[in-house]
Amino acid sequence: MEYLKNDADDHGELVTLNMGPSHPATHGVLRLKLVIDGEEIVSCDPVIGYLHRGMEKMAENCHYNQYVAYTDRFDYLAPMSNNIAYACAVEKLLGWELPERGKAIRVLCSELSRISSYFLGVGVYAMDTGAMTAFLYCYEEKERVHNLYELICGARFTSSYTRIGGMTRDLPAGIEKPVLEFCDSAEKTVEELRKLLLHNKVFIDRLVGVGVITREMALQNGMTGPNLRASGVARDLRKTNPYLGYENYDFDVPVAQEGDCYARFQLRLEEILQSVRIIRQVIAKMPKGPIWVQQDKGILPRKEDALQGIEELIRQFMVSTECVNAPAGQVFFAAENPKGELGFFLDSKGGGIANRLKMRSPSYCTLSILPELLPGHLVSDIGAILGSFDFVQGECDR
Amino acid sequence: MIDIICNFWNDLMSNEIWFYLITTLAKLVLMFAVILAFVVLSVWIERRVAGWIQDRPGPNRAGIPLFLLQRFGSKEKQPLKNVLHFFGIPETSWIAKLCTWLRLDREIPTFGLMQPCLDGGKLFLKQELTPSYVRRAYFIAAPMLVLGPPLVSAAVIPFASGVDTIYGHISMCVANIGIGPLWIFAISGLSVYGLTLAGWSSNSKYPFLGGLRATAQLISYEVAMGLSVIPLLMMFGTLNMQNIVQFQADNGWTLLPFWGEGLTLERWILLVPMLISFIVFVTCVFAEANRTPFDMAECETDLVGGYHTEYSSMKFASFFMGEYAAMVIGSALVVTLFLGGWSIGFGADAWLASVSDWLAVLCQFIVFLIKLVAFIFFFVWVRWTLPRFRWDQVMRLGWLVFFEITVANIFLTAAIMYFTK
Repeated sequence: MEYLKNDADDHGELVTLNMGPSHPATHGVLRLKLVIDGEEIVSCDPVIGYLHRGMEKMAENCHYNQYVAYTDRFDYLAPMSNNIAYACAVEKLLGWELPERGKAIRVLCSELSRISSYFLGVGVYAMDTGAMTAFLYCYEEKERVHNLYELICGARFTSSYTRIGGMTRDLPAGIEKPVLEFCDSAEKTVEELRKLLLHNKVFIDRLVGVGVITREMALQNGMTGPNLRASGVARDLRKTNPYLGYENYDFDVPVAQEGDCYARFQLRLEEILQSVRIIRQVIAKMPKGPIWVQQDKGILPRKEDALQGIEELIRQFMVSTECVNAPAGQVFFAAENPKGELGFFLDSKGGGIANRLKMRSPSYCTLSILPELLPGHLVSDIGAILGSFDFVQGECDR
Repeated sequence: MIDIICNFWNDLMSNEIWFYLITTLAKLVLMFAVILAFVVLSVWIERRVAGWIQDRPGPNRAGIPLFLLQRFGSKEKQPLKNVLHFFGIPETSWIAKLCTWLRLDREIPTFGLMQPCLDGGKLFLKQELTPSYVRRAYFIAAPMLVLGPPLVSAAVIPFASGVDTIYGHISMCVANIGIGPLWIFAISGLSVYGLTLAGWSSNSKYPFLGGLRATAQLISYEVAMGLSVIPLLMMFGTLNMQNIVQFQADNGWTLLPFWGEGLTLERWILLVPMLISFIVFVTCVFAEANRTPFDMAECETDLVGGYHTEYSSMKFASFFMGEYAAMVIGSALVVTLFLGGWSIGFGADAWLASVSDWLAVLCQFIVFLIKLVAFIFFFVWVRWTLPRFRWDQVMRLGWLVFFEITVANIFLTAAIMYFTK
């Protein structure tokens, strides 16, 4: 009952208000200890960790391939992106380079999951401001992405698609048609959302000038992704630090200068269109060839081969139980995920298990700005501000 | 025997007091049955229209399952099949397919109409939780204070013209009093107490904030609402709701002056202030009914459930019904004041009344219900389209925009009426 106590100001005007961990606006289990004066927020103390599952510690107890399944549960709104970021980090440690087709498939998957995550973020945001219908329109698009996931990797949600050095399976034949159909419907929905919300007086009044994050604030708090770009910093790892061959695709990095909730919302819609652009290019020039790294050791053999040759059988056994034999060393790899830059720091002492895995989770950094940002706003703005960050607790608490 | 009853009836109805009591009671029962049915119906309309807007079915099941017939002794195993066989319709024809699509082989479909009733039943049977820290008397009184006023204020809304019987004239309005709109504002203002008390007596922070918001919002919008009606009353020249509607039936609806004396220059110039009044009034009705975009008091993204967070079971259902009752009454009020109430329009009322009083009353009642449903549809449409205002914006809109507009509108109307006379 400690949190029910009004310890802010015994006989004065201030009231302590506990928001969360189970509250509709906090998107999961974020808890905010607010001190309010009437409707105005005086101070805010975010309490995180309600979804802590010891993800980093688990990485020290299972080998690299086994850990892929855990990465689904970081940012559970974009599981594919996490799989890919993690696999890329381990491959960087190993010094492996994927073949062209493997890279193209990873780009396709990570852009699909970016779109799905943005649609959910935008839709939930609309619901936080009271526009329930926009949420359901967005959710329909997200469901379409899940249908594509199902075609690609067999699972709708927890994909676990990547392995160290490749993917569990190649793209199914004829995937181009449903993907392109999805591209069309995504563009249509973005247009609908713009008509429904962006020019809506109520929506504009709610968001313009609310939760303004200046360039300096954003940089100091280590914000990344769309939240940073909405504050006027044109930093997108796909452009500034290309991986997976992103430099071969033609796309823009939208940047907004205002740094308010409206800018963040607008930017996400714009980035969906850019992702659609990338997907169209990937589909148009999808290279032929292998999807796995051309290595003898460390990657699974084809099932047919493993059933016939002793060499392959041994290799399958070794890869399944001990995974790759990584060199000792330390490596950091960051990927541009929907929520921001998801970084993996791997410390290896050799063998198939990491000595230490440290995640740099974008949502954690994003939420660190709350004590600075919220005071001075109204209680009603909390929904608008939290929604505009599009954070996810699974990644923040790890 | 029948003679005795007839004579008794004659004597009873010839007595003015008994005549008044009996007719009023009959109208009362009719009116409240209609209002309560509409509360249930508007929940259904809301959910079906929401489903329609959001590309999903909405509640479309909850039919009466056919196995219930067997439970009550029917030997029929496959009723649909037997009925089709009886009429000689092959099972592959489109009629049979349509019947299967409507699930007629499994249930008697109600298109989800049963859903609100079943939800009500569920809420009725749920455990009643009263937290230990609430102020009990007020906590129990609050839901009644929310549900009561809308039902009481329905008394002055006319639902048809009147009929002349041999015993006297019956006006189709429960209380045909000379202060119609005032009565409604006075009574519906009482529901503020319900929300305030609910918020305060829950002894919890979120309901408290919700209660405060609701109080401030309802009181502010009452001002604009009252002022926005004054131009209309100046035009009608009466406060009696029955006369207001009669005026519109004769001289054109407030917003559609197409017949009678509505075709004068004055009425057409007056359309400008009337439209302003209409917009302000409808917005205020939205605010009074506590619905999106004005549902500050219970917006779930910052206040969880607002003033009814601590309520459960039938007490919660009372708040729920109160909200919908307020919506139905608000719609009825808008229809009565701006869209001609029960009048059919284009002089059809007078013609029908010359044919038969009762026929006219029946048609007018149906027309009134159609208008009501149309306006409820509009209510729902707005709710599922617009985002929600922020609390301070709502207050600013009420005091800084609507208040000024309505006051200016009164003077504008007065000037128009003075110079066109």
